[in-house]
Amino acid sequence: MPEQLVFAMEVILNGLMAGVLYALVALGFVLIYKASGIFNYAQGVMALFAAMTLVGIMSGQVPFAHIINATFGTHVHKFGWTVPALLAIILTMGVMVLLAWAVQRFVMRHLVGQEPIILFMATIGLAYFLEGVADLMWGSEIKTLDVGLPQGINLWIDEATFNIFGYGFFIDNLDIVATVIAALLVAALVVFSQYTKQGRAMRAVADDHQAALSVGISLNFIWIMVWSVAGFVALVAGIMWGTKSGVQFSLSLIALKALPVLMLGGFTSIPGAIVGGLIIGVGEKLFEFAIGPLVGGATENWFAYVLALIFLVFRPQGLFGEKIIERV
Amino acid sequence: MLDAAQTTEVQAETLLEVNNIEVIYNHVILVLKGVSLTVPKGGITALLGGNGAGKTTTLKAISNLLQSERGEVTKGSITYRGSNVHESDPADLVEKGVIQVMEGRHCFEHLTVEENLLTGAYTRKDGNAAIQQDLELVYTYFPRLKERRRSQAGYTSGGEQQMVAMGRALMSRPETILLDEPSMGLAPQLVEEIFGIVKDLNEKEGVSFLLAEQNTNVALRFAHYGYILESGRVVMDGPAADLRENPDVKEFYLGMSDEGRKSFRDVRSYRRRKRWL
Repeated sequence: MPEQLVFAMEVILNGLMAGVLYALVALGFVLIYKASGIFNYAQGVMALFAAMTLVGIMSGQVPFAHIINATFGTHVHKFGWTVPALLAIILTMGVMVLLAWAVQRFVMRHLVGQEPIILFMATIGLAYFLEGVADLMWGSEIKTLDVGLPQGINLWIDEATFNIFGYGFFIDNLDIVATVIAALLVAALVVFSQYTKQGRAMRAVADDHQAALSVGISLNFIWIMVWSVAGFVALVAGIMWGTKSGVQFSLSLIALKALPVLMLGGFTSIPGAIVGGLIIGVGEKLFEFAIGPLVGGATENWFAYVLALIFLVFRPQGLFGEKIIERV
Repeated sequence: MLDAAQTTEVQAETLLEVNNIEVIYNHVILVLKGVSLTVPKGGITALLGGNGAGKTTTLKAISNLLQSERGEVTKGSITYRGSNVHESDPADLVEKGVIQVMEGRHCFEHLTVEENLLTGAYTRKDGNAAIQQDLELVYTYFPRLKERRRSQAGYTSGGEQQMVAMGRALMSRPETILLDEPSMGLAPQLVEEIFGIVKDLNEKEGVSFLLAEQNTNVALRFAHYGYILESGRVVMDGPAADLRENPDVKEFYLGMSDEGRKSFRDVRSYRRRKRWL
């Protein structure tokens, strides 16, 4: 087998893995967009917030330590305990549910029936507010996150591919775990939204707020539920990205990478988010590998956006987006 | 005979009582200026009037869907079975047995017909078996929906969507249905079909209706009692049979007069000169 082809295969595999991580972030967007028609700009920051809270709880950090110390002249920083990963994840999920409730209670409830652009602006505000809160609560230094996920090269794949191709593929264990978790998450979400009463109500709310109200569906409850689920997805994405590249404020920028994923997959499709993520992941890696050297590299920065632009022109609802039903 | 019929009507239990309500949109636009009406158990009560008379607003005031449209009941009271429902949640009202079928159908477009119907049972807590049973009941009233149960509601015809919306309301096991403009945009034949089903539901299932309708002719044929709204006020009410014979109603809403049918142009100019209020 020619060496170039084997290289390309490794690139594709790595692209798939990276795509899964993009898809995880995109999923959170899709959920909220489906249920409330809101494009939640704060999704990336939610992932950051979740990751920071998780690290903070695990390491026994005192929340708002800076404010407390500045006001009372104390010097508390740590509680002096550490919390096991699983318990910390559950506690963080509790915080995310609380956040969902607060968003609904203090922001979205007052904006029912407003234009989508106003709701979008509200989420931009929310994003910066949340970033500030995260900073105040847990401090701004870069932290490492280790919840016990396996990391480093997968030796089994390395060896197996070496035996076949005479060249060992470098696949990170973390990426494999992320893929498995993403697959489970998507399966669970699809089952939830297609086959359960609350899932059906969620889709009903997405279609027509007024009609949903008229049959007795509580918009408040559904939206808190959706924001909580989006918070959970953000937490999973936060754990994956945090483990991979450390918990830092640039984490919130992965939200921008999710945008082209959404344009490809469609804003309303859960499987679309996954497929879109994979296409972007593979596409940008492969493009960099094949065309990058010809144009001087760094194509990964813009490839996804150009692809999204092309899609916007020829298929605005994305690959799997719901067709806009228009009656004549 | 007539007397006997009237006394039983008086004796019929009052379900819904709207007492002199005033509705203001956006804090400034006064839409209802004192509307009062009662809906008796087992009756079909029609709410008639032209565009902008306040029919839809009245229904939404009752079902509490006004809040999400920035409307507000500022005066008067609304009671259901004697208890005040003025500020209760739409979901509470559905549980009490009052559900609205909104104007313009409002189906959940991306859900299938059957999923649409099932959302109607959202507030019910009597288990899946009972819900499945009612689903079959809805299909016996709307056999066409059974054929199309797996198609997306957005791709069904206007008449079918009206049926979906009504079937969805039925799934909540309602005592009273607030039915807003069921004839809108439908062919006359379909309008007859829909009203026939309303009559059936009323007689066989004992569902009471408050029906807002512009099509005065059809509505007065099927209803028992009628209220006529004009610019946010009730200008006339009475048993449907009496309203049908009333010369003013004939002239303004049925387009007929003693000299026979008038041309639309004459009706309009006449109307401008003579108004009720």
